[in-house]
Amino acid sequence: MNLTRHHGGTLILLTFAIAMLLTIIPLSDSFRALRPDWVALTLIFWCLALPYRVSVGSGFVAGLLLDVLTGTLLGQHALALSLIAYVCVRLHQRIRIYPMWQQALTVLVLLILHQLVTLWIDSIIGRPSRPPSYWLQSLVSAALWPLVYRLMTALRVNFSVQ
Amino acid sequence: MGLVLLSIGFMTVDHREHHLDSVRGGLSVLVYPLQWLVDLPGSTSEWFRESLSTRRELQEENASLRTQQLLLNTQLQKLESLEAENRRLRALLDSSFQVGKRPMLIAGLLSVDMDPYRHQIELNKGTLDHLFEGQPLLDSQGVMGQLIHVGPFTATAMLITDPSHAIPVQVNRNGLRTIALGTGAIDRLELPHIPDNADIRVGDLLVTSGLGGRFPPGYPVAEVIDVEQDPGRAFSHVTARPRALLDRSREVLVVWPPELEGPPRPPPASTADEPANSDT
Repeated sequence: MNLTRHHGGTLILLTFAIAMLLTIIPLSDSFRALRPDWVALTLIFWCLALPYRVSVGSGFVAGLLLDVLTGTLLGQHALALSLIAYVCVRLHQRIRIYPMWQQALTVLVLLILHQLVTLWIDSIIGRPSRPPSYWLQSLVSAALWPLVYRLMTALRVNFSVQ
Repeated sequence: MGLVLLSIGFMTVDHREHHLDSVRGGLSVLVYPLQWLVDLPGSTSEWFRESLSTRRELQEENASLRTQQLLLNTQLQKLESLEAENRRLRALLDSSFQVGKRPMLIAGLLSVDMDPYRHQIELNKGTLDHLFEGQPLLDSQGVMGQLIHVGPFTATAMLITDPSHAIPVQVNRNGLRTIALGTGAIDRLELPHIPDNADIRVGDLLVTSGLGGRFPPGYPVAEVIDVEQDPGRAFSHVTARPRALLDRSREVLVVWPPELEGPPRPPPASTADEPANSDT
């Protein structure tokens, strides 16, 4: 029983690892601002799909690793991703039955929440404000949501992660 | 919700104190495989390029390096006699200034992207090579920045152009002391609070002044590219361009304090004084 319940944990870890790889792969300067927020997208997907396995704790750990990877204040992404995970888990039954475009809009709001928290913390510790192109990241990520959702669902069904 | 409080606590402690360095160090070990994996294509292609280059190319490179070494050695001879003369003159003046030999270590950059709004780079050396926080970083042209986090295998460095970085400098021509602030643009530094009548011109070289004790004195930092004097304001607006190739260097030099002062430190694995054969 225990074995079947924890089936596919490796896949979840693997998707997070790939998301982090995509986050630190070098891009040219003009595309860096457009890089989708892969870790947040992955987290949102798993929170919607398996809220009893991936939730606030996973968001916190993923956020801490992201902080170390990107060299931000330790806890900055952890706080933002925990908040996202919390909202996702609370609303997962509602978000799941939305049509795709509505889901993408919800994801957009969540991602903007992530960026907003990051921005607040940065301004509290006295870092200068960011250019308006900062917000493009959320738009690009939300536009990619249908694709990510289909791909991850296919993976999930294929490897029967429950 | 405890986690929210925990992360807020983490951030406060990380920002104000430095008790979390060990946590960050541990986590950096955890994410090192990811960074290594991302860096892999770059380093393998480099390796292929080197091992597949033809005999002719190697010979040409060898010849050009030989010429370069000859030129540098000639310049070095002059430098040595100047240094000896300088020491003699300082001895006559009873100056306490001493030139120590600074151990250096060549570290390679990991080709990974960090937060796009911070100017940080990741190095492939860490506490295992006796690196420590606050250590200055140079390249062949000038000062690059300093280390801000050091893990066992990797270290994160902040470049001098990061908006939260400031470096004490002086004008090489007349010794005018000031501070160069990062602007967030990779090719610009700003010198605030320079009076309108100060003697500073376009083309002046700024070198580290050594005040603050973090950077070694006398290394080139930047070149003044613009002096804007507005009669309506008390200070002139001075911008400078960093000398170091901040966005192009693949290898950097990590510098230790001179051996003459302070407690003895374990020497780094390979010093840069030896003819370069460290292929990092």
